[in-house]
Amino acid sequence: MAGPGGDMQWCFSQVKGAIDDDVAEADIISTVEFNHTGELLATGDKGGRVVIFQQEIENKNQPQFRSEYNVYSTFQSHEPEFDYLKSLEIEEKINKIRWLPQKNAAQFLLSTNDKTIKLWKISERDKRPEGYNLKEEDGRYKDPNTITSLRVPVLKPMDLMVEASPRRVFANAHTYHINSVSVNSDNETYLSADDLRINLWHLEITDRSFNIVDIKPANMEELTEVITAAEFHPHQCNTFVYSSSKGTIRLCDMRVSALCDKHSKLFEEPEDPSNRSFFSEIISSISDVKFSHNGRYMMTRDYLSVKIWDLNMETRPVETYQVHEYLRSKLCSLYENDCIFDKFECCWNGNDSVVMTGSYNNFFRMFDRGHRRDVTLEASRENSKPMQVLKPRKVCTGGKRKKDEISVDSLDFNKKILHTAWHPQDNIIAVATTNNLYIFQDKVN
Amino acid sequence: MSEEVEETRISEEQQEMEDKVISPEKSEEAKLKARYPNLGGKPGGSEFLRKRLQKGQKYFDSGDYNMAKAKMKNKQLPSAPTEKTEITGGHIPTPQDLPQRKTSIVASKLAG
Repeated sequence: MAGPGGDMQWCFSQVKGAIDDDVAEADIISTVEFNHTGELLATGDKGGRVVIFQQEIENKNQPQFRSEYNVYSTFQSHEPEFDYLKSLEIEEKINKIRWLPQKNAAQFLLSTNDKTIKLWKISERDKRPEGYNLKEEDGRYKDPNTITSLRVPVLKPMDLMVEASPRRVFANAHTYHINSVSVNSDNETYLSADDLRINLWHLEITDRSFNIVDIKPANMEELTEVITAAEFHPHQCNTFVYSSSKGTIRLCDMRVSALCDKHSKLFEEPEDPSNRSFFSEIISSISDVKFSHNGRYMMTRDYLSVKIWDLNMETRPVETYQVHEYLRSKLCSLYENDCIFDKFECCWNGNDSVVMTGSYNNFFRMFDRGHRRDVTLEASRENSKPMQVLKPRKVCTGGKRKKDEISVDSLDFNKKILHTAWHPQDNIIAVATTNNLYIFQDKVN
Repeated sequence: MSEEVEETRISEEQQEMEDKVISPEKSEEAKLKARYPNLGGKPGGSEFLRKRLQKGQKYFDSGDYNMAKAKMKNKQLPSAPTEKTEITGGHIPTPQDLPQRKTSIVASKLAG
């Protein structure tokens, strides 16, 4: 059965993480990101740890090549801290990881928790100097007076060692919780966004940051919306967007003024006031915004749908895809169990023809824009035989349930897929369940 | 006469169904208001948002926080075995003599 993209069929490739159902809080995956070549895949978790996988390319010229991702490096990025002024804990959970484009042999990424952004350098070491005559056999340093000859150490090959070191710490610039980090196409600056403010940083400078958006009202009782996500345009280094809890997206041009409180464009879909309910604003809150690779469109994710916007048209999205419309008649219980506040992310494939986002019951959805096809797939251990083709799933909304369908009431709302990532060039996707990372790839026919 | 009553009842039911069909959201809202009659009108109001801005567990002070952390650590990690060799007394220890510092951070299971 053909899926999105014509003959594309998704197969299980790998799964990372523990099998047991008893999930420690620290193991909850909080972000997933491929680097710009797709060779590296980074995950961040609630325990503040980063794990980086590297793709081993076996026989790429062979028709049915299988690329495996294996652990490359792992490190503790953030630790829990205590805000003494407010008596609040600062979680070590990694909210976002963003890779820098590679400039030299080392790899760099930005990782952030609620308050602090760190620039990590990941470098390889495969040689070490040997032949020092400064130490005794047991490792103690010799008395310098006993050393009479000069011996120059020689570089000898050693087992590959991957080291991660924090090169910059960008701290103390956010009063509220950081939700986004985005590297500019100029490769010199990046933005960080919290609930009310967006700051611009230079990658080399840690003691200064420019505030470019501030939506904090003078009187906090007049607060009506918060910033939910922000991203730089992929090519235009002066342009960025930020989304709000009210379902709007603002595009700002940094050339216009230093403080971009006034937007250049406001993207908002008009709402039928007669349809308005208690839930309207909550489900319109945008949880993620992503530019297309070609820079002409942007995609937003709200609770029930994915919308594609043409940057030249502010009045309404050009495409709207329903992720799980059947949940509209379950909003009461979803509000009671807080699921209505879940923040789903979304992503584009390499050529912007297919978009993907997660749902509940470990389901994730793909929408093929060109072929107007969509599919629901499941990340589960039951479908994890090597190269097993994923069968499309269907949720039955009422009445008679067909054989392979699952009813809305049987969905497991604790199994949520919030984070997904698509390889920048190939049809390889990374899907994070609560504590497992699944890698699927397109079965090459 | 009973026919007329039935007709109005049927049309009422139809109207209810129509409402549900037109707006499942509104029927969900009615359900919520029935369960929580004291629920405030506007969910996007400033109070709701301000609560969202201040997520995270509040502690009385840093002492309270450190006590809570210590309690969590005791639950998670098994107690460390006592050191076999006595370091103090004989000589000034060198870095090689000291036991390797146990990492208190557990590695991620994704890297396992």
